[in-house]
Amino acid sequence: MSTSTKPKVRVMSGNEACAEGALAAGIRFFGGYPITPSSEIAEVLCYRLPAIGGRFIQMEDEIGAMGSIIGASLAGAKSMTATSGPGFSLKQENIGYACMTEVPCVIVNVMRGGPSTGLPTMAAQGDVMQAKWGTHGDHPIITLTPNSVPETYELTVRAFNLSEKYRVPVILLLDEILGHTEEKFVIPESVEIVDRIKPSDPPETYLPYKHTESGVPPMASFGEGYRYHVTGLAHDETGFPTNNPAEIGKLAERLRRKLDDARDDIVDVQRVECDDAEVLVFAYGCTARSANQAVLEARSRGLKAGLLRPRTMWPFPDREIHALAQQVKQIIVPELADGQIAHEVEWAAKGACPVKGFGRIDGQPIRPVQILELIEEASR
Amino acid sequence: MAKKLVNYDSYLRLDKFPLIWCPGCGDGIVLKAILRAVDRMEIDKNDVCMVSGIGCSSRTPGYVDFNTLHTTHGRALAFATGVKMVRPDLHVVLVTGDGDATAIGGNHFIHAARRNIDITVLLYNNWIYGMTGGQASPATPSGDRASTAPFGSIEPNFDIAGLAAAAGASFVARETVAKPASMDKLIEKAMKNKGFSLVELFTPCPTTYGRRNKMANPVDMVEDLKRRSVTVAKAERLGSDLPEDAIVTGVIVEDDTRPEYTDRYAKLIQQLSGAVK
Repeated sequence: MSTSTKPKVRVMSGNEACAEGALAAGIRFFGGYPITPSSEIAEVLCYRLPAIGGRFIQMEDEIGAMGSIIGASLAGAKSMTATSGPGFSLKQENIGYACMTEVPCVIVNVMRGGPSTGLPTMAAQGDVMQAKWGTHGDHPIITLTPNSVPETYELTVRAFNLSEKYRVPVILLLDEILGHTEEKFVIPESVEIVDRIKPSDPPETYLPYKHTESGVPPMASFGEGYRYHVTGLAHDETGFPTNNPAEIGKLAERLRRKLDDARDDIVDVQRVECDDAEVLVFAYGCTARSANQAVLEARSRGLKAGLLRPRTMWPFPDREIHALAQQVKQIIVPELADGQIAHEVEWAAKGACPVKGFGRIDGQPIRPVQILELIEEASR
Repeated sequence: MAKKLVNYDSYLRLDKFPLIWCPGCGDGIVLKAILRAVDRMEIDKNDVCMVSGIGCSSRTPGYVDFNTLHTTHGRALAFATGVKMVRPDLHVVLVTGDGDATAIGGNHFIHAARRNIDITVLLYNNWIYGMTGGQASPATPSGDRASTAPFGSIEPNFDIAGLAAAAGASFVARETVAKPASMDKLIEKAMKNKGFSLVELFTPCPTTYGRRNKMANPVDMVEDLKRRSVTVAKAERLGSDLPEDAIVTGVIVEDDTRPEYTDRYAKLIQQLSGAVK
């Protein structure tokens, strides 16, 4: 590792860090549409991309933005879009298309209060289930949930890498607080970059949706001499539509298996004071910052509290939760949503301990003292 | 000079035949016209990207040996915009229908035209949603019947070529499957135009449109298209005497003065490279 250059220290917002992370990861195409509180991501990238030979376009709507990044990725560019709740809803059909056709791309959702137009300038975490199930039909998906400005940079890079590695759309869930909070941040001198696997077969024998051992088929870009077909219809290994139940089953099984098999590579949690914890808090994003503060405060008062923080939300860290559920008296799940993740945690705990949800959907953050009170109550 | 015969088979994915289209459908006539245009231009098949949405016409890419992308309903132009921006050197040809392009995809249609991005849109207009069973589209002529307009459509229909022209397309043309030779010439012109091009191609749907509108016989439908066709030049001469049901065919807009979008973007890149940290 080189230490010869001075580290770049900057103060920036989560949205800016997201754009910088995308650039570090090798983004070459951004298609977006203005929406609060995500617009700064587009505003950084429209300035930076052309200067490095990349492309930016402000599309006519959210649906078009999502379509454009899929087209760009098929043409060979690492691609991203950024939005917030209402736009995320609009993008869902094309997100499903990217799942079905296995096109790598990154979708950033800077969450705001909903439903509907809701609270454009206030934080929420109510899109976490939409990130998993927003598009129709069964489909595995990856969703990452950073909790700070530096981590937004880090996980944006990771979102691109996972997307390229597994040929899946990856959703990066930020929230209004994270998007607009400015923090000091040392920009890494270099980051690890993963590129999609290119075919080694000649065009004559290339199977664009080959059922490979890893489940991830090599991907040719349009215009490279591999003339293949891409469709959102159920397809066989050749990429052409099929109604054959055996072929449909093989496709569905591979789409599931490629992420199932990679589960431990994708799932990523941070544990704070968990070793001897008697009360566990499970929190992510901006709420995890309050939870972290509450746990440290509880410890200073002699209470054995711990924090389990998912940096990957989907696939869900169910085993990690289940392991700790055997050890603790209670799991507290604070979230800026009405029990969306508490319900998942309860499922993962499988009755090993009680799970207490604490939701807030009035646009305000959950304060550390509110979580501390719950820890104290559970410790009694 | 002997006319070179087009080897259609060399462009087709024959193992995907038979075609999904009904007997009497005009879409196959359009498909052959596209292949004649590509063949005449001597474009390498690797350099063509054919994108489509959802519907009968949008199944065209499945049968041709290019880079082919069958997208979501109405969104083909959004996907195509991404492809074209990343690979401006590719010939991006878009196949769509009246419902796909002007109802659910109407927004992308006018904005792609406004940007004058170099995409060739071949719009098969059969006045109906064929694949879903004959529902009314924005192109269904007012008064005509559809499965969702059993008493006759009470909506005015779009002039699709006029819409593209008004939105800023630099090449706009119209033709019908009754004149296949003229179709391929217009498609070739559209593909050669550096900018957004629309060729509106009228093609009969006897199955879901004709049968409901006293024209179940495909031959009659093609004869009807031929009878109604009036060239742009003749339409100008006729002026107000132009019959109400006339289909004005030929080149409607040809404007090579408008800057093309990916060209402008390339200039921006050139201007900025090295200039911004």
